[in-house]
Amino acid sequence: MSGQNPLLEVRHLRVEFPTRRGTLVAIDDVSFTISAGEVLGVVGESGAGKSMTGAAIIGLLEPPGRIAAGEIRLDGKRIDNLRYEDMRRIRGKEIGAIFQDPLTTLNPLYTVGRQLAETMTTHLPITPAEARKRAIGWLDLVGIPAAAQRIDSYPHEFSGGMRQRVVIALALCAEPRLIVADEPTTALDVSIQAQIIALLKSLAREKGTAMMLVTHDMGVIAETADRVAVMYAGRIAEIGPVRNVVKQASHPYTVGLMGSIPPLDRRVERLAQIDGAMPRLSAIPKGCAYNPRCPKVFARCREDRPDLLPAGATQAACWLYAGGAKTHG
Amino acid sequence: MFAFIISRILQALPVMLTVALISFAMFAYVGDPVAIMLGQDFTEAQRQALVKDLGLDQPFWVQFGTFLGNAVQGEFGLSYRLSRPVADLIAERAPATLELAFTAAFLALLIGVPLGVYTGLYRNSWLSRFFLTFSLVGVSLPTFLIGILLILVFAVWLGVLPSFGRGDTVKLGWWSTGFLTWTGIKALILPSITLGLFQLTLIMRLVRAEMLEVLRTDYIKFARARGLPNRAVHFGHALKNTLVPVITIVGLQLGAIIAFAIVTETVFQWPGMGLLFIQSVNQADIPVMAAYLLLISALFVTINLIVDLLYYAVDPRLRIGRGQGAH
Repeated sequence: MSGQNPLLEVRHLRVEFPTRRGTLVAIDDVSFTISAGEVLGVVGESGAGKSMTGAAIIGLLEPPGRIAAGEIRLDGKRIDNLRYEDMRRIRGKEIGAIFQDPLTTLNPLYTVGRQLAETMTTHLPITPAEARKRAIGWLDLVGIPAAAQRIDSYPHEFSGGMRQRVVIALALCAEPRLIVADEPTTALDVSIQAQIIALLKSLAREKGTAMMLVTHDMGVIAETADRVAVMYAGRIAEIGPVRNVVKQASHPYTVGLMGSIPPLDRRVERLAQIDGAMPRLSAIPKGCAYNPRCPKVFARCREDRPDLLPAGATQAACWLYAGGAKTHG
Repeated sequence: MFAFIISRILQALPVMLTVALISFAMFAYVGDPVAIMLGQDFTEAQRQALVKDLGLDQPFWVQFGTFLGNAVQGEFGLSYRLSRPVADLIAERAPATLELAFTAAFLALLIGVPLGVYTGLYRNSWLSRFFLTFSLVGVSLPTFLIGILLILVFAVWLGVLPSFGRGDTVKLGWWSTGFLTWTGIKALILPSITLGLFQLTLIMRLVRAEMLEVLRTDYIKFARARGLPNRAVHFGHALKNTLVPVITIVGLQLGAIIAFAIVTETVFQWPGMGLLFIQSVNQADIPVMAAYLLLISALFVTINLIVDLLYYAVDPRLRIGRGQGAH
C-alpha cells in the first residue's frame, strides 16, 4: 500500500456472464492491491465473487465469464489482456494457485513426483533429474514424512490433509511471487485446517510470497492476513488492515458479519444474524447492494452506489462516511 | 497379479463350457447334415452307415462329451462339407480375418482417438460439427451398405482398388500375410475401412464424451493453473483419464470385429473365418460352426483378460495391496 509499486494491482475489475436473459455482472468495479510478501484475505458469503476474483487474476475464468472492464497488473505489467500462451507462462511461474478440494485437484493417474517435476521443468531451466531432486525437497518442506519414498506414490495413497500439502508444494514449486489460495482449508477436517494454514503462512513468509487468501472463515483471516477485503454481491464493501476490520468494522455489513461470530469468552442466547439473503446477480438492487438488509439505511443508499470511502483506518463503500467523518466504531 | 490372472482363467472355464454346450446343442438341431451330404440319390443302408460314421446315432451327451474331449486336444474333427480337418481349415483362414480385423481396429484407433480429442476440445468449431455429422453416418449405415458403396465408388467408378479377395499373399511359416505385397495392401483398404468405420465413429464419440467430462474436472483446471502447456494438459492429463472406458469399449469391439467380420468378408469375398462360417452354416457343417464359436468365445475371454490387465496399467487406484492411504 505504501509508496512503492504494488506486486498485484486490480483496478475497476468487472466480470460479466452473458446469459440468455441478459448479462449478469458477477464482479463490479473491484479494486485492490497486494504488495510483495503481503497476505490479503478476501471474505464474503458464497457467491459474493471472491473465488471469481481469484479466477480472473490467474486468467482462468470459466467461459462464458469474461473480464468486461478494468485491468489487472502484475509488477506494473497488464496481465488481463494477454494471449493464452503468454498467460500460461505466468501461471505457475509468477502466480501460483491453490484450490479448495485437495481430493480432486491432483491428477489421479500421475504420481505426485511426476506432477511436481512437470510443473518445475515447464517453468524452470532444470533437467528432469534435478526436478525430481527438488520435488523430494518440496515434499519434505511441506511436511510429507519420508518424502524420498513417497515421491512415487499416487494421490489416492495420501490423506486429504497430505494431499493439500502436495497441492501447496505444487503451487510453490516454481517459486511464484503471488499465490491465489481459493478456500484452501474448506474441504479439510477442522483439526487439519490449522496445520495447513500454519504451513501456508510460514512458507509464504519464508519465500517472501504474497498471497490472496480467499475464504469465508474469519478465524483463518484473523490469524493469517495482513489486510482484509470484505466482498458483497460482487463488490468490495470494506478493505483495510485486519485488526481494524475485525475489531472496529466500519461498513454495516462487516459489522453484521463480525457480530455473527460466536464469542468464546461468554455465553450468548442467540447468535446475531443479518436478516435476508445476499441478492442474486440478476437482481442486485439500485444504489448500495446491501441497502435492503442494512440497519442504517437512508435515502441516498437506495439511489446512488457508494465508492470506497475512507472510514477510520479502513475504507468502506458506505454513504455513512461520505463526509470523510468517522461516525462509527 | 499372477493370482489374479489364474483366477480369471478359472472363471473363464465355465464360460467356455457354456458356450460349447449352447453352440453344440443349437447346431445339433439346425439342419440335417446327413441329408445335405448324401444329395438326391441314396439308399437307407448308405444313410445308416453315414449316420454311424459321423457318430450321430449316439445320445446327445455322448456326442457332446466326445466333442469336448477332442476339442481340448485341439481336435475338432472333419468338416462334413470339405472332408478336411477343421483345425486346418481355421488355421488356413485365421490370418486373413486377423489381419483384416487388426487393420480395421488400428485404423479406428489411429483416426478415432485424435478426432475424439479434437471434437472434445473444440466442440463448437465448424470442423467438429462436420466430424460429428459424419460420425452419425458411420454409426447408422449398415456395414454391408458401406461396403457396397465403397466398391461402387472405388472399384467400379474409379477402378483404383480391387473389389474382392486378398490380392497376393506371402507365406511366413503357416501364416499367410497380405501386408508384404502391393496388391495385398490394396485389397485390404476397402474391407478394413468397411469393417472399421463403425468402430472409428464409436471411438470418436466415446473419446469426445469422456474428454468433455474430464476437461471439467478440478485437476485439469489445476494443471492449467500450474501453467502446463496445452499439449501436456490435453494429451497427457486429460486423454489418459479418458482411457479406462475407451479401453473397455475398444476391447469389446475388437472381439466384435473379429467375430462379426462375417458381413464384410461376405461383401468382399474375403477368404477369412467369417466366410468359412457362413458357408458352413449353409451346409449345416456342425464341426466347423462349433469350432468357430468356441474359438470366438476363447478370443473374447482373452481380450477381456487383457482389458482388465490394461486397467491396472492405466489406473493406479485399481492396483490393490500397494501402498497405504491415510496418515
